[in-house]
Amino acid sequence: MSATSTPTGTRATRALGFATLALTVWLIAFGLFVSAEDVVQGSTVRIMYVHVPSIWVAYVAFVLTAVVSAVYLSGKNRSLAWDRVAGASAEIGVLFVAISLITGSLWGRLTWGTYWVWDARLTSTAFLFITYIGYLAVRGLGGTFRQRARRSAVLALLAVLEIPLVHFSVVIWRSLHQESTVANSGTDVELDGLMLFTLFLGIVTFTMLFVWMVLHRQRGLALQDAVDAHGLDVAIEQRRQEAEVR
Amino acid sequence: MSATSTSMKRLVSVARIVMLKDLRAEINSRVLVNQVAPFSVVIMILFAFALDNDGILQRVAPGLVWLATMFSMLVVVQRSFAVETADGALDSLRVAGVDTRALFLGKSLALGVQLCALDIILVATAFFLYNVQLEPSGLLVVFVTVVLACFGLGFIGTLYGGLAAGARGRETLLPLLLLPVVAPVLIGATRATEAGFMSGGAEVSEGWPWSGLLLVFAVIFGVVGSVAFGPLIDE
Amino acid sequence: MEHASFIIGSYVVTFGSIALYVVWFLRRSRSTARFADEKDKPWT
Repeated sequence: MSATSTPTGTRATRALGFATLALTVWLIAFGLFVSAEDVVQGSTVRIMYVHVPSIWVAYVAFVLTAVVSAVYLSGKNRSLAWDRVAGASAEIGVLFVAISLITGSLWGRLTWGTYWVWDARLTSTAFLFITYIGYLAVRGLGGTFRQRARRSAVLALLAVLEIPLVHFSVVIWRSLHQESTVANSGTDVELDGLMLFTLFLGIVTFTMLFVWMVLHRQRGLALQDAVDAHGLDVAIEQRRQEAEVR
Repeated sequence: MSATSTSMKRLVSVARIVMLKDLRAEINSRVLVNQVAPFSVVIMILFAFALDNDGILQRVAPGLVWLATMFSMLVVVQRSFAVETADGALDSLRVAGVDTRALFLGKSLALGVQLCALDIILVATAFFLYNVQLEPSGLLVVFVTVVLACFGLGFIGTLYGGLAAGARGRETLLPLLLLPVVAPVLIGATRATEAGFMSGGAEVSEGWPWSGLLLVFAVIFGVVGSVAFGPLIDE
Repeated sequence: MEHASFIIGSYVVTFGSIALYVVWFLRRSRSTARFADEKDKPWT
């Protein structure tokens, strides 16, 4: 069994992994070479094929985190597996928000001439990033598995409340205070068929990548929890033996 | 009907007891008066050094007042839960069967009262040191804003403070959790106070919609907090 | 290609950071798996 090389892998994840890898090669080929340049943006539009799928995956990840957290809190079956999926998904979401912030600011430098604008969407995305870094920090606080699961599940649901509030307040803040909207000055992209296909390919590829990553990461976390719990058992057993010797 | 009204009454009275307990603890220790208030005034003075220009200071005074509030709030929130977790007082309250909603409301209101007191000092500091304009109608806007924002911050602070309470490294975790959440309050309160101070040629009446926004935030976090607080501190 | 450094840079950042993260967690699970029992891996 080759599962010894990757303990979190199964036949299904391997198949998914290879398919994703093949699609990634296609995506890079289409994104960098095959697809046409945009009429307005020229070649810079190529950044879109990794930028948009990244933020898409981040949103999917955070929605998944919220949903499984709600399931954990509401369910009669309070399986810690829900909690680990939430943790894995949030971690991957943070990675993809970071990627989309970086690729977005590179794109922004080319089209707007600046790495960052205090535009409503960018600002809320930055807050999204910070919020889920906080979520991951809370997961690392320690305590029992149940404590961790409950705390982080409540926090994930609070984040669902917080993010629209932050977004809404940032939108009205910007609508009153922004003198010139660089973000909207002639940067509209007219997508032709091949470009649309490439974007679609990116979204499919990244979604498969996300599924593959969550499966592996969640199993990794399960192993971690099992080993931690096991270590605790060993420690308790040792203490008991010491007490008996005495 | 009467059953719900008696349980409601009970909730309010327990919340009141918790609030008075927290305020009494504060009055006895005088941390707010002796440490937090001087700290926030020092922040205001340092801003003046850093920005070094009367015109700029007048314009940004509202933002500075609220930034100083946010930083001071971190200290006050930690203080509010350090008192509880130091000798397991929070657990004792839970064991004694105190309703977590009452606990949340009481602690939030105590925090709100302390922040209001702090903000009155900060607004006065801005008035004297930053030379801002303050007319009676502006003062009313600022006062209403301070009250609404501080109670909103009280709810948010208690909710996230309770989450971080008793955990290792909470001193560094709390700002990370809290500051993104208070961003809407910072935006709303700063705009309303700008109108109240008439900074940058703003009209006083422009402040009211922002105060309304603060009221909405306070209500949302008050309701959500009293529901979420129980599961959060439940061990 | 115009602005090649920015465009290729963004692809490198994207796939590079994903690859680093994947390698990190796979290695991590491999090292934890050495202390885990077979029953801790219900998916195999």
